[in-house]
Amino acid sequence: MALFTYETKKDTRSGFGAGMEYLSQHNPKVVALCADLIGSLKLEGFIKNSPERFFQTGIAEANMIGISAGLTLGGFIPFATTFANFGTGRVYDQIRQSVAYSGKNVKICCSHAGLTLGEDGATHQILEDIGLMKMLPGMVVINPCDYNQTKAATIAIADYEGPVYLRFGRPVVPVFTPEDQKFEIGKAVHLVEGSDVTIIATGHLVWEAIQAAEALLEKGIKAEVINIHTIKPLDVQAILASVKKTGCVVTAEEHQYNGGLGDSVAQFLALNNPTPMEFVGVNDSFGESGKPAELMEKYGLNANAIVEKAIKVMARK
Amino acid sequence: MQTQEIQKISSQVRRDILRMVHACQSGHPGGSLGCTDLLVDLFFSTMNLKTDAAGKVVFDMDGKNEDLFFLSNGHISPLIYSVLARRGYFATAELASFRKINTRLQGHPTPHEHLEGIRIASGSLGQGLSVSIGAAQAKKLNGDSSTVYCLMGDGEQNEGQVWEAAMYAPHHKVDNLIAFIDENGQQIDGPTEKVMSNRDLQAKYEAFGWNVMRMDGNDATDIQNTLIKAKAALGKGSPIMIIMKTEMGAGVDFMMYSHKWHGVAPNDQQLEDALAQLEETLGDY
Ligand SMILES: Cc1ncc(C[n+]2csc(CCOP(=O)(O)OP(=O)(O)O)c2C)c(N)n1
Repeated sequence: MALFTYETKKDTRSGFGAGMEYLSQHNPKVVALCADLIGSLKLEGFIKNSPERFFQTGIAEANMIGISAGLTLGGFIPFATTFANFGTGRVYDQIRQSVAYSGKNVKICCSHAGLTLGEDGATHQILEDIGLMKMLPGMVVINPCDYNQTKAATIAIADYEGPVYLRFGRPVVPVFTPEDQKFEIGKAVHLVEGSDVTIIATGHLVWEAIQAAEALLEKGIKAEVINIHTIKPLDVQAILASVKKTGCVVTAEEHQYNGGLGDSVAQFLALNNPTPMEFVGVNDSFGESGKPAELMEKYGLNANAIVEKAIKVMARK
Repeated sequence: MQTQEIQKISSQVRRDILRMVHACQSGHPGGSLGCTDLLVDLFFSTMNLKTDAAGKVVFDMDGKNEDLFFLSNGHISPLIYSVLARRGYFATAELASFRKINTRLQGHPTPHEHLEGIRIASGSLGQGLSVSIGAAQAKKLNGDSSTVYCLMGDGEQNEGQVWEAAMYAPHHKVDNLIAFIDENGQQIDGPTEKVMSNRDLQAKYEAFGWNVMRMDGNDATDIQNTLIKAKAALGKGSPIMIIMKTEMGAGVDFMMYSHKWHGVAPNDQQLEDALAQLEETLGDY
């Protein structure tokens, strides 16, 4: 039985582009910056509507973060955009000092996060960015799951005052969340009700979690699926309520175990409600070149992997 | 080596690049084709490489007492892979695995996969000149008189780290280093002049204390002559920067004169049209 259906597949970065196009028409305070990757970030619509509010920085990400921090003085809302590796790890101290510690209203919006960028390989496949960004005090970290949710998140973060890291990707994935949804930062979305195991997923792994829940249902296992689009601040109430019901949890993300959604959930549960837990993510290794689906299979980041971990964690109850 | 021989190898390397990028439908043909003439000259003629008694190249990570090459603009990986394979570092058959799962020929070069000829990962731009300077200083500390070579892109000059390295090398008199900038005037979002103007690169590097030369990076004779001049200028207190004018996509008429082929793979018909312009001189892999 299909728990969710979809009509089209789209890339989440195009959801970002659509959100930026909307903002170009509806929020005159939003300015966009990009480091020689306009096409990859789908910024053409924003630039067409608001060329005077777009700044090309060239291949100079550190400079882009500093310029963004400066642009906030005077009330602008800079959206600094590039690939996730170059927008987080490469410029960590610029973000730390000029944005996070200075409390500046900068939105760092990055595509090509994780393994699914595919053939470019490990130099570009950052799997540590959620960790890097969530460790910064005051930084909001969001990883939406499909085109519609990415568009909604892009629009929503413009109205939030403070630094945000918005992470999305390159592959086309099912569009299954509602068009024109209201995006609430820090609010988990319950996708599937269940009582045997809680699956908490973020980003591209949310669709895989739904597929896993379907497969588990065929085995008579009722999995609860929660979409955590906001890793920080974490919706701990939603998580607590679910694990109190199911008694075990699997987290799933396109990220290292270290520093990801999984360790945020583990930290919360260890303190408040110790619960058997399994992780779906990359276990302390770099990625590599290949087709996205091949890589997700090799590194255990798909519905099959979630099913295995769900069965394993239930046995530990 | 005669320039005609270099040109023959370059023709084969260009075929390899196109076939590799076509086979996985990803990668960066434009810059790879533009820099082919330089890399073939370096690896087949100019650089002094370690060989065994039979004359076959042998790779070891430290590369003591041999010249070293670092590719900073790592996206032109098909070029370095083809040149390394054609020079004998690994079998040309392995080129077929480029960018495919479980390959040693990653999208961007890396020593992580223990590929002979690769000493540092690149792909995130702007880091290779620093690494090359460090390797050149290690040679000096070891009393090793060989030379370090480094290639960067002109878009890559946007990165601040390049200028940190540019300041450091003359200050520390790193005069066993010859670096190159691939001045093809293109980067991803368009012409370099429009995206982020480099203005006068020669004046900038000279102001930082480099000995700057210019050459036509698609002219095998000019490359050879300029490299002879550059080698003669080593050991005189200044690092050397060669700004080389190239055409992105050089060797394939429809890939030249724009940034369009920076990172796009040819389809079947385009591959056929491109290969028709390049003689198969050493046998396709
Ligand atoms: C730090 C970093 N930022 C962005 C990129 C994405 N990127 C890959 S190639 C490229 C353009 C490079 O331009 P240039 O150095 O002129 O090389 P060419 O296009 O001539 O091959 C960009 C922006 C990257 N690889 N690394």
